[in-house]
Formats: sequence, C-alpha cells, structure tokens
Amino acid sequence: MNKNRSSKLLSARRGPTRRVIVQGAIAGGLAGLGLTGIAPLSPVRAAPDASKWPKDAFGQKTEADAIKALYAGKTPEPSDKVHLDAPEIAENGAVVPISVSTTLPGVTSIAILVSQNPFPLAANYPIPAGTSPMVANRLKMAKTSNVVALVASGDKVFSATKEVKVTVGGCGG
Amino acid sequence: MRRAVLLALALICLAAPPVSAADSANPKADFKAFRNYFTKRFPKVPLKDFVNGPYSMNADLRKQWVAIDAFPPYQFALDKGKQMFTTPFKNGKTYGDCFPNKGIGVRQNYPYFDAKSGEVITLDVALNQCRQANGEEPLDYTKDDMAALTAYMAYTSRGKPFDIKIPNDPRALAAYQKGEEYFYTRRGQLNFSCASCHVQSPGDHIRTEVLAPAMGIVAALPIYRSEWGGMGTTSRRFITCNAQVRAVPLKAEDELYRDVEYYLSYMSNGLPISGPGARP
Amino acid sequence: MASTIRLRAVASGDTTEVQALVQHPMDSGFVKSAQGNLIPPHYIEVVEFEHAGKPVFTAYWGPAVSKDPYIKFSFKGAQKGDDLTVSWIDNKGATDSLVGKIQ
Repeated sequence: MNKNRSSKLLSARRGPTRRVIVQGAIAGGLAGLGLTGIAPLSPVRAAPDASKWPKDAFGQKTEADAIKALYAGKTPEPSDKVHLDAPEIAENGAVVPISVSTTLPGVTSIAILVSQNPFPLAANYPIPAGTSPMVANRLKMAKTSNVVALVASGDKVFSATKEVKVTVGGCGG
Repeated sequence: MRRAVLLALALICLAAPPVSAADSANPKADFKAFRNYFTKRFPKVPLKDFVNGPYSMNADLRKQWVAIDAFPPYQFALDKGKQMFTTPFKNGKTYGDCFPNKGIGVRQNYPYFDAKSGEVITLDVALNQCRQANGEEPLDYTKDDMAALTAYMAYTSRGKPFDIKIPNDPRALAAYQKGEEYFYTRRGQLNFSCASCHVQSPGDHIRTEVLAPAMGIVAALPIYRSEWGGMGTTSRRFITCNAQVRAVPLKAEDELYRDVEYYLSYMSNGLPISGPGARP
Repeated sequence: MASTIRLRAVASGDTTEVQALVQHPMDSGFVKSAQGNLIPPHYIEVVEFEHAGKPVFTAYWGPAVSKDPYIKFSFKGAQKGDDLTVSWIDNKGATDSLVGKIQ
C-alpha cells in the first residue's frame, strides 16, 4: 500500500506536483515577498517521502485503536513530566493552539490525540536526537473533548490529558 | 441587572442627544462620554488594550490569541497586500500615488469627510477610487484582494492612534450623526442594535462568542476569522453582523455603513491601529 | 510564484527555535461547500525540516491540523547563518519547499 503511494507520486497521476524552490533570508513575515523575483536554483531537496506517513494510525476511529496503531501494545502511563498546554475553552474549534513539552529523557516521539474527533490521531512528531522534546501546533477539535499528549520515552509511553471545551465546532458544525 | 443596563444606555443617550437637530450634536461630548463609559466599566483594562476586542475582556481567550498572533494566519493576506500595493497599475502609476505619504502609515486617518463629494470616504473606498482613476476595475469590497490591501495598509499604521476629523461642515456632522443613529437603532428579527451587544454587553457571551467593546472595535480591521477560515473587510463584518441579528444588511460600503464607520472610528480616536487582526 | 511557506528560525546559543506557517486549506473532508457537497480531504501529510543534510524535525499531520498550519520546535547544533530547509507533501501529492537562513 505504501509502495502504491510512492509510485502514484512519481507518475503524477494524482494531479500536478508543484515544486517551488526559493532561496532567501528569513526576516519575519514579510520576507516571502522579496523572493518572487529571484530565479529558482536547482532543487535543493526532494519532497518528503509520503510513504512514511503513518496511514494506519491516522485512520483509526477510536483513541484506543490509534494508540495501539502507534505503540503496538504499550499502555501509556500518565506522567506529570509531560506538559500539555491547551485552553480551557477553545475560542474556535477550528484553530486550537496546543503545545506539548516534557522533561522525560530519551524522547523518540510526541503524538497528540483529540479523543472525540472522528479520527482521534491529530498529529505525530518523531523526535530525532538533538531535537528538543517540544512541539507547538494548532489543531481542529470537532467538539468538547479530551486532548491527549503521548510521549515515547525510552521503551515506554507517557501521557498527559486535558479536557478542552469547544463551543464552536471546528469541523464545520 | 436590566435596570443597570438601561441606565447605562440612558447615560449614553443623554450625552449623545437625539439626532434630529443637527445643531444639538456634539461629537466632542459624545467622545468623552463614550470613553468614560468604557473606562469606568472596565477599570482594569489599559486604554490601548480596548483595540484587542474580546481579548481585552477574557484571559483564556487572550492566551489563545497571543499564541496565534505570534505567527498569525493573516500573514499570507499581508504578503499579498504588500505585493498588490507595490505593483504598478497598467498605466505605470501605483497605489502610493493616490495617498499622502505614498499610502504608508496613513490608515489611522480613515475614514475622512470629503467636502467635494459631501460623503464619508473609507480606506476601502479610497482604494477603489484610486484603481478607477488609474483605469483599473474596482475590487469587491468584501473579498480577499480588498482585505489584503487594507491589511497591508493597516499593518504600516500599527500602533498609530486613530485621528479622525469632523470638519466644521454641517454635512460632516450630519454624516457622523447618521452613523451614530444607525449604531443605536434596533433592527432585525432579534431586535438588537449594535449598541445592544457592543455597548451594553461587552465581555459577556452571546451564545458562544465573547462580545468586543465598541470602543476600538474598528482598530483591528481587516480581520482573519477562524470562523471564516479567511480574511474579512469592514464591509464583510458589518454585513455579517447585520445578518446575525437577522436584519437585512446594506450593500458593502453603502453610504450609511460609511457613516457608521466614521462614527465608530471617531469614537476610537487616540486608540492605536491594531490591524490586521486575528479573531475567533 | 510565492512560496506557501513562511519560516522563522532564530539561533540562541546552540539552540535554534523554528516556527513555520504554511498556506494550505487542510480540508478535513467533513465540511460541506455552499452548494451542500462535501469538500474532499486535502491536507498536508508530511513536513520535513533539514539542517546540514540531516532531518531535524518531521511532522506527520492528519486532517485535524488547522488550516494554514503552524508548527514550532527547537533543535541543537545549528548556528546563525546556516541554511534550514523545509518541505511538505500533501495527500494529493502536491509539494512545496523553502530554504531559509537561521537568524
């Protein structure tokens, strides 16, 4: 199934593949503007390998199944060393700022689940050596739900959970 | 509670006399009463913070806004706006040629009363006038291109205080009064006036939203609303607000909407431009 | 054509904090258009950040990531002036990438 995806990519059957390579300085938000007149250099890197996307985990419809798909049988233990920052009441379920950080050692991944979403796994972040075990992102929440942060540390998985109230649903409802 | 609210509204009405007689309008007195009302009602909110709408009223909301505004979703509209603004028209002229100071850092002076036409000119209208004077088609007032341009112009004025003038011209005074009257008139199936929400109930919830105070409310425009998943101009916001109380909206940049913007902007004099803004 | 990616990377000592904002609809597949038809899912699946030829951060995203998605992370081992590359691919196979300089 993964091979299928790669070959589809190469054959461009799925529509136009757009590669825009731009080189320039980063200087805050308006920097992007000055770059339009610069001729693209030769491609610096290829697009990410879509076959590595954890399709199975993202397709699970319950929190338990998503956890199983991610961590194959490990049971997450709640830990106060996992810090999950999420609002009490989301101002809008379509854009909920959520961040996760941890003081646990040897972190190899951080995943964030929204239990009541149609597909609970919202995002998964493998953490390579040298990268801080921290991530901030913005997620959609369909309705009031637990948000669960899962941190793989060593050969165990730790979690933190917070309920976020959603009054304006983030999925068009 | 209702009594207190009615009393508050009556106080406003006393300071802003009925608008039938032009000579009884007193924008300076109105301004003072307006400001006193909001600063007394929200003594803990720093004056300049009123421009942040619901975020000046609610700490949990504010925290989310700070996180989002750190790298805001209107970034793309801003970039597009700058690109549009600096790209010459077909005839070689630019937007800058139509505005004082090349259009940079001038947003806080809009709307203004134009003696020649006898009408209030908003920034959006001025931009379309500029386009038409240079052989270009006018932009739709509610859509993204106009929002991008006004976002860029607002951004170049960030922090500058509103400086709206009502010249010694009975027509200007009349425009101000018409805007004020519209603001305080109930309308629609829900029978709300703008004041019902933004003067009587700022900081309170209406269904799931926290209401912004009227003072400073136009300072953050145009806005990226998470609800819209995109940008909205002043026109878009006025129209949707009308629709939300089940009133028939006016057309974008209708003369009366411009009068309302004139009134609200004058009431925000001294408060800093905070646009473009991010909102729920 | 302007990039869909806006990048801010700031080095402070040995640690570089990276923020990125990407212009993308991130359609979940659950929202109906004005005409009443479901808008099909269209979202970024993988985002990769590289420094000195090595991946320093990968994001696997699903449709629950917000429109015009944002990400922040930090990593060690880079310094001001270095290049940082970010690229993404979505579920339709579209891609974009950007090289920026660490400030």
